[in-house]
Amino acid sequence: MAEQGTRQGAMDRLTKTQEMVYELRVGEVTAPKMVTVTPDQTMAEFRVLLRDNRISGTPVVDENGKLVGMVSIEDLINALTENAINAPIRERMKTKVECLYEDELLVHCIAKFSKFGYRRYPVLNRDNELTGIITKGSIVEGLLKKLEVEYEQSESKASVSRQRPTMRKFFEDVSADEISFTFKYYVAGQTLKDAGKAASELKNALKKLGVCPPLLRRIGVATYEAEINVASYTKGGEIRAQVEKWGITVEAVDNGPGIPDVEQALQPGYSTAPDWVRELGFGAGMGLVNMKKCSDEMVLKSSVPEGTHLTMQFYYTS
Amino acid sequence: MKLSDVVKEFGLEVKAASGNLDQEVTGGYVSDLLSDVLAHAEDGVLWVTLHIHQNIVAVASHKGLSGIVLVQSRQPEKDTIAKAEEENIPILVTGLSAFELVGRLYKAGIRGIEAD
Repeated sequence: MAEQGTRQGAMDRLTKTQEMVYELRVGEVTAPKMVTVTPDQTMAEFRVLLRDNRISGTPVVDENGKLVGMVSIEDLINALTENAINAPIRERMKTKVECLYEDELLVHCIAKFSKFGYRRYPVLNRDNELTGIITKGSIVEGLLKKLEVEYEQSESKASVSRQRPTMRKFFEDVSADEISFTFKYYVAGQTLKDAGKAASELKNALKKLGVCPPLLRRIGVATYEAEINVASYTKGGEIRAQVEKWGITVEAVDNGPGIPDVEQALQPGYSTAPDWVRELGFGAGMGLVNMKKCSDEMVLKSSVPEGTHLTMQFYYTS
Repeated sequence: MKLSDVVKEFGLEVKAASGNLDQEVTGGYVSDLLSDVLAHAEDGVLWVTLHIHQNIVAVASHKGLSGIVLVQSRQPEKDTIAKAEEENIPILVTGLSAFELVGRLYKAGIRGIEAD
């Protein structure tokens, strides 16, 4: 069992690196600072350059900055054995060069390393201009940097969630005969222009309090439907949300005209929506049905012409 | 299928939240009834509709949809685009009718939600 566990761990790590290889682009692991030579410089000059910069090869670029070849320590050794140390680089460089593009995925680059066996590849942008050089060293550095960034992000995320006071914790820590948070939003009637604002603001507030996403979604949808109703059918009203230890109550209260037959209003498909509401895709007699489905308890009270009072309750689960 | 792949494959015009196309499209839903979408669409679903007013953004946001496709080259209202940018909900436009687009999406492997 223990061995299996270890193997699983090793596989996870492998997968993370593999994942990064598919995420990173060549340009992200390219060493931007690079030494280049011109075709007219001699191999002797090239030797000094290798020594001074502790590198083993460079791209060869002409006076316009265009890549014309690659020259490496191997070419230098060949030149030495053939007594051609003072020959210009143009005669000793490799002109058949395998290049990589900045926007290629790193995985393609790694395939190239194993296919061709060269130690470095010039990197070009899509205008075929040389922008850097990629080596095994720069790839390792790029991967490490990415790991570091992700590690820091997960660390800071962890510390944020540690610091965020969740509602539940708050209710446990303080003591009173009754505790509640109340949020109140005013909803304009006879217009759907700003309808939805109260629901989305409430949702954001509850999110900050640490309400879990599934419950958040149910409350969001139910409140949105309630808000649409207040905006569509009434002279205006308000949405109130009360957050308590056991759960959340959302109320939609309006100033009339009230619903003559509440039983009928609760029937799926029953609607008295005017044309302007229907044109906007509402008013199909589904709003109250949705609210009932999303909430744990729903009570609709109405009197003509005073107005309507809708109460929905949502319990915290587990 | 990623939303960006859908955009590319079907030549959709991106009208809002072009920076949020890297999401997985988990399914599709087509309806012009907003309450119906609120009741039946699910997380990550791509919604096909002909509505262009800003309420569609609120619906998509409440349901966590991956994006909204407007059919028949219908252009979103100015407020709709502003709201969609704010909520980071991609709005896409196709010249096709809903029937044609949905048929093609289905062929590309995007499925609807099982009715409950």
